[in-house]
Amino acid sequence: MMMLAAIIALAVGTYLIRISGPLLHRRITLSERTEKIVKAGATVVLLALTVVSTVLVDGAWAGWALPAGVLVGGVLAWRRAPLAVVVIAAAATTALLRLAGVA
Amino acid sequence: MLTSLLRHADRALLRDVAALAAGIFVAAISFGAIASAQGVPWWQSSAMSILVFAGASQFATVGIMTTGGGLVAGVAAGLILNLRHVPYGMAVGEVYWTSLRSKLVGSHLLIDQTTAFALAAGDDRRRAKTAFWTVGITLFLVWNTGTVVGALAGQFIADPATLGLDAALPAILLALVVPALRDKSTLAAGVVGSAIALGTSFFLPAGVPVLLALLGLVVMWRRPTERGEATA
Repeated sequence: MMMLAAIIALAVGTYLIRISGPLLHRRITLSERTEKIVKAGATVVLLALTVVSTVLVDGAWAGWALPAGVLVGGVLAWRRAPLAVVVIAAAATTALLRLAGVA
Repeated sequence: MLTSLLRHADRALLRDVAALAAGIFVAAISFGAIASAQGVPWWQSSAMSILVFAGASQFATVGIMTTGGGLVAGVAAGLILNLRHVPYGMAVGEVYWTSLRSKLVGSHLLIDQTTAFALAAGDDRRRAKTAFWTVGITLFLVWNTGTVVGALAGQFIADPATLGLDAALPAILLALVVPALRDKSTLAAGVVGSAIALGTSFFLPAGVPVLLALLGLVVMWRRPTERGEATA
């Protein structure tokens, strides 16, 4: 019962959070420059999310294997490799490092 | 809707979405399996995936609730994690902010990956729209299928970490923001923001540090945008 209440509360709250972005955006008139900064804001949050979830797992150092794999993926993406190549290279790097005993 | 989407979605997009869908499928199986292992019935995990559709918050709320953390703590942790959808909606909301139905459904499909794909389309509004809907609908189906599979059969599936699959989703998000990071001022803001997020992760609840990353944007505010920089 508690879990059901949690699911409904999380669902409603999350939906309200999701619609608030576009509603806020419409309330403020944006110049071309602030528009660019708003777009960059989402990029910055996504990058920070990637960095934090790659370096820390459950609040502690994730070990070398995970960041190394993601970094390999990032370098390939910078060199314009297709996404499938990025994903496979990242996962393979992390898996091989773990196989070799690197946490 | 689907047929017109598929007509616009080129092969490169579909290939990228397939790679992403595979990663999300594995994450969804993990979610279903972990929830089941913690004693959550399959239909509740499933209801959560359908109604919430935000992976990290689902993991957090289930984790806290099933270890006796309580309703308020569980929901609060999930909602704080989801606050990052506010800047997402501000940045890419225009993509689906058209008809009422599009607004209602599009809002539910606003996640890290739909945002990243829409941003990666750059200034091409139609491409952004196609990418957002293709990714959103695909991932909604994959996330929910994976949740059921994981909840019912998760104990038979190998640990994703041994296959390095935990590196797949961050690598995809990183790859999708790379085009935007070629703009020097955005890159500077991203580096400063990530450093702030990382530094504050040790003492702030998950979800807050990535929002504090927005402080990195002051780098852009102070420096007037140079012409041509964005297209470089």
